[in-house]
Amino acid sequence: MMEVKVINKRALVLVSDDSESRRLGSQELLQALRTEIDRCGLANEVDLNTIVDVGAKNLLPLVIIYPEAVVYGPVHPADAGRIVKEHLSQGRVIEEMIVPKHQLTGRIAWLAARSGALPAAQRIVLERAGRIDPESIEDYIIYDGYQALTKALTQMTPAQVIEELTISGLQGRGGAGFPTGKKWEIVASTSGSKKYVICNADESEPGTYKDRVILESDPHSIVEAMALAAYAIGADEGFIYIRGEYQLAQQRFQKAIEQAQALGLLGEHILGTDFSFHLHIHSGAGAYVCGEETALIESIEGKRGEPRSRPPYPTTHGLWGCPTLVNNVETLANVPPILRRSGEWYKKFGTPSSPGTKVYTIFGNVNLTGVFEVPMGITLREAISIYAKGMKNGAAFKLAQTGGSSGSLIPASLQDTPLDFAATRKAGVSLGSGALLIADENTCVVDLVKVLLNFFRFESCGKCTPCRIGTQRSYEILTRITQGQAELDALDELLKLADQMVRLSNCGLGQTAAVPIRDMLKHFRTEVEAHIQLGVCPTGVCPMRVEAPAAEEMQPLASA
Amino acid sequence: MSAHTTDNGYKEMARLAIEKHGTSPDALIPILLEVNQEYGYIPVKALTEIKKHLNAPVGDRLIQEGHLFSLASFYHMLSLKARGRHIVLFCESAPCHVTGGRAVWQALQEQLSLSAGETSPDGKWSLVTTSCLGACGVGPVVVIDEDMYGNVTPERLPEILSRYE
Amino acid sequence: MITLKIDGKTVEVPENTTVLRAAEAAGITIPTLCDHPDLTPYGGCRLCVVEVKGYRLPMASCALPVSQDMEVITENPALAEARRGILELLLSDYYDQGYEDGLGGSNELLHWAEHYHIDLEQAMAKQPRYRVDSDPNPFVWVDMNKCILCTRCIRACADVQGRFVWSLAARGAHTQVVAGAGTTMLDARCESCGACVAYCPTGALNNKMSLHLGAADRKVTTTCTYCGVGCQLELNVKDDKVIRVTSNSDAAVNGMRLCVKGRYGYDFIHHPDRLTQPQVRKYLLDGTPRPPGRGEWVTVDWDTALDLTAAKLSACRDIYGSNSLGILCSAKCLNEENYLFNKFARQVIGTNNIDHCARL
Ligand SMILES: Cc1cc2nc3c(=O)[nH]c(=O)nc-3n(C[C@H](O)[C@H](O)[C@H](O)COP(=O)(O)O)c2cc1C
Ligand code: SF4
Ligand code: SF4
Ligand code: SF4
Ligand code: FES
Ligand code: FES
Repeated sequence: MMEVKVINKRALVLVSDDSESRRLGSQELLQALRTEIDRCGLANEVDLNTIVDVGAKNLLPLVIIYPEAVVYGPVHPADAGRIVKEHLSQGRVIEEMIVPKHQLTGRIAWLAARSGALPAAQRIVLERAGRIDPESIEDYIIYDGYQALTKALTQMTPAQVIEELTISGLQGRGGAGFPTGKKWEIVASTSGSKKYVICNADESEPGTYKDRVILESDPHSIVEAMALAAYAIGADEGFIYIRGEYQLAQQRFQKAIEQAQALGLLGEHILGTDFSFHLHIHSGAGAYVCGEETALIESIEGKRGEPRSRPPYPTTHGLWGCPTLVNNVETLANVPPILRRSGEWYKKFGTPSSPGTKVYTIFGNVNLTGVFEVPMGITLREAISIYAKGMKNGAAFKLAQTGGSSGSLIPASLQDTPLDFAATRKAGVSLGSGALLIADENTCVVDLVKVLLNFFRFESCGKCTPCRIGTQRSYEILTRITQGQAELDALDELLKLADQMVRLSNCGLGQTAAVPIRDMLKHFRTEVEAHIQLGVCPTGVCPMRVEAPAAEEMQPLASA
Repeated sequence: MSAHTTDNGYKEMARLAIEKHGTSPDALIPILLEVNQEYGYIPVKALTEIKKHLNAPVGDRLIQEGHLFSLASFYHMLSLKARGRHIVLFCESAPCHVTGGRAVWQALQEQLSLSAGETSPDGKWSLVTTSCLGACGVGPVVVIDEDMYGNVTPERLPEILSRYE
Repeated sequence: MITLKIDGKTVEVPENTTVLRAAEAAGITIPTLCDHPDLTPYGGCRLCVVEVKGYRLPMASCALPVSQDMEVITENPALAEARRGILELLLSDYYDQGYEDGLGGSNELLHWAEHYHIDLEQAMAKQPRYRVDSDPNPFVWVDMNKCILCTRCIRACADVQGRFVWSLAARGAHTQVVAGAGTTMLDARCESCGACVAYCPTGALNNKMSLHLGAADRKVTTTCTYCGVGCQLELNVKDDKVIRVTSNSDAAVNGMRLCVKGRYGYDFIHHPDRLTQPQVRKYLLDGTPRPPGRGEWVTVDWDTALDLTAAKLSACRDIYGSNSLGILCSAKCLNEENYLFNKFARQVIGTNNIDHCARL
């Protein structure tokens, strides 16, 4: 696998540069800032860029500086020197130039709501990514590694560990956002002589590769977190289920396990205490659905990855029927820092309803793709203009899909919703795994949703009717629309199928397969109808005719 | 792909894989992965050999070839069909699709004269589609054997394909 | 014990009972397809969904354990709509080539489809996906175009028969039921017990010998005559001919289980070669020496045949002694008849050489 760029500059300066701003001197301001930045030798640390369409007319031209998300405005070229020297160089926010929060209106209003700033140097999950040798336990230990475990084993009871997590407000990063402290609590309080900890590193949600980055760049943080989890819930054995395609992650993790064992940080009597913990890697073999926790457990048990019927949940009936804790890689990566510092410390990041940071992957029709970690609650617009450096070739933003294939389609009109669990839930959007697919005006929404449904019909485990057949029927209808062969009632049929998948599927795969269909018809109905009623694909992507015979034959499964 | 495709070869392969991973149920998929890696696919005869070694009930079930077959056909990294010398994996998930995957897919099929799941008559290429490989930052993505190519365009394909014998 | 409310009725059932079984206990029927009381719950078809207080989405009652003070609603317009949806989806993958399947034009799937007023014609698949009659097993007919992937056959063969012939292969829209490693049933160690057929709710697996014989006009419950287990079976009779043997969950000894002999070994009943009157060799009647090949058979009355047999047995015992004779009696006889055989061997003939086929 190739190396991953972690977007990593200390600060970002955005200058509004629409026609109104230009009239008021934004070009001169840009020039002045650039000169000052160069003069102070900050060119390698600070990024300077433009932003358009910010709303707030009375403040133009304005300057937004990240990571603090401070807004200055209106700013004159003459102020450039002061901003660079005081803010960027000395790190002092210039209070008297800040726009008062109540004046922030229009498209930048969200900045007023944000609490907690995150200097780029203070990432939590990706703290060590790219800074340490991932194959060296010494490096990890130098950078505070295994401190949390030592602290927990020597100074804290399991209950205190869970208490600290509960205080932190950490929520699961695997997609559902379940409170982590509560989950640990449930497993800890379930009686049973044998319990398991499982780290879910199956990460197959298209567009998501944050867990890979964590495992490849900082495997020991997960080893430590799993040991902490085991201590907290009373387990002595753990599995990490790593996607089969992630060979490098598997190798590095294996090495990390061996190193930790050699130093007595895994195995019997860890750090001389009564606590023992054995950790195994289980490789996936290519099935998206195995990311679903009960399918994952079935898979470890040597079966097809078919999600179980729940309840009972893994917290009480998991691997081999024992109480089992399943957490996502990123969730676990947050645990050692929280225990090393405190739950209260963690709450300072993000929004009150979703504390902490979130690791996102951003890709699609943007200038810069990659992984970045920011406080919970940034908006899509920020993500695109700051981290992805805007749309590629200056094309217009059309839609984003957050959270992988099962995520919501977000039209331009919703791009200022803060991305945290509570706000996205309210907006009917799923935050999911943290994948941000950014699509431009050349993307046909029907074509995109067809591709998504193709994914689902292929990745469905096939166990339950609504998902196995519903995804297939939806795919067929979408294909017909792209071929210009559908009638208007096809859309009702699609909505009906979507409703059946959502309400009746056995697991999240079938339930969320309907999300893109619903969003498509909610936000882009005109575009879909154009295919049907006018017989044209507005973006010119769809063939609008039957290219190949549609009938699919069952292929023989094996050759002797 | 070094193991022998003879009855004894299968036997030996099964023995080694089981020695390495054990006979408990959680060893089944690792065993199959091992065999798949060795042969490039899982010959049905190898399933029979594995089954023979597992003829004590695994967990509460007796493991039959059928179960192994069922697993092998479920997991996409396992193949039950013999494949070509080089396996071309094309990522067909949405992130790669919107960054130009569709054109690459067309070109791939044309240049290899293959459709999804097919192997060329001379046994050189197998063309296989896959879901996201976690490299979407550089989509469209094509993987040939162990090599991953990012930002692939139809124009780059001939040069990439020409690297393989 | 756990108390819960189903459709307003208070029900008390043991822990770990499923909501479906609890409803049954309360006399409430919930439509099901993949569930069968004999088999481990699967929760795949989703026909059995119910509304449970505290859960946002409908739950599959066949796989949901009861819990204290649960409140369940088993039918309302939304659930009926949901079931209709499920049935329509299943039917859209169900192709009926139109042959007479001997099931009287119905099966569990079609039963529920009719119950929910579904237009079968419109809902059914228009094209086959598999070859009809795709397996050469002499007793089991396989037509996967009718398969709804309920996995009852898989679980029946594994849980009931312990043969593990069937399994699911592939996944998603391509999921299918296959025998062994994609082979024929017999190659996958099938012993043709027909359990999978008995549990199949759609006729995707069917009795090959009965296919075109139509529906039975009566059923006769009787005991299998082959061995000492004494399985109960149902002779399906049409025009005084046995056209099919079925099993029955209520049977005390065997439940739905039968072996290949009990389920399929009934062709002797109406076979032209079957003896219905005694026959003896002609030379024995004539009192002439045994010709090469023992000569021809002659049909006689019972007295003639029995007299001849008695004379021969007596002669044997008198010349060679009691132990020169051995008696093997049959599971096809009644208990009383076997008892008499025992007496006959030990007291009349005077030997302990007696055995029975069911002792094997
Ligand atoms: C179809 C499907 C795929 C999933 N894939 C993943 C995955 O790849 N990684 C993951 O951590 N969670 C995945 N999940 C969520 C898990 O079921 C589970 O909620 C999660 O691992 C819990 O961890 P958390 O509490 O730390 O978020 C998936 C869920 C579904 C329904
Ligand atoms: S919803 Fe899809 S993936 Fe989930 S159990 Fe049903 S068929 Fe399998
Ligand atoms: S006939 Fe009996 S042994 Fe054969 S597949 Fe069916 S259930 Fe299994
Ligand atoms: S063959 Fe019959 S019993 Fe088996 S899965 Fe299909 S419908 Fe169910
Ligand atoms: S979508 Fe192609 S690698 Fe992720
Ligand atoms: S009967 Fe409950 S899901 Fe099939």
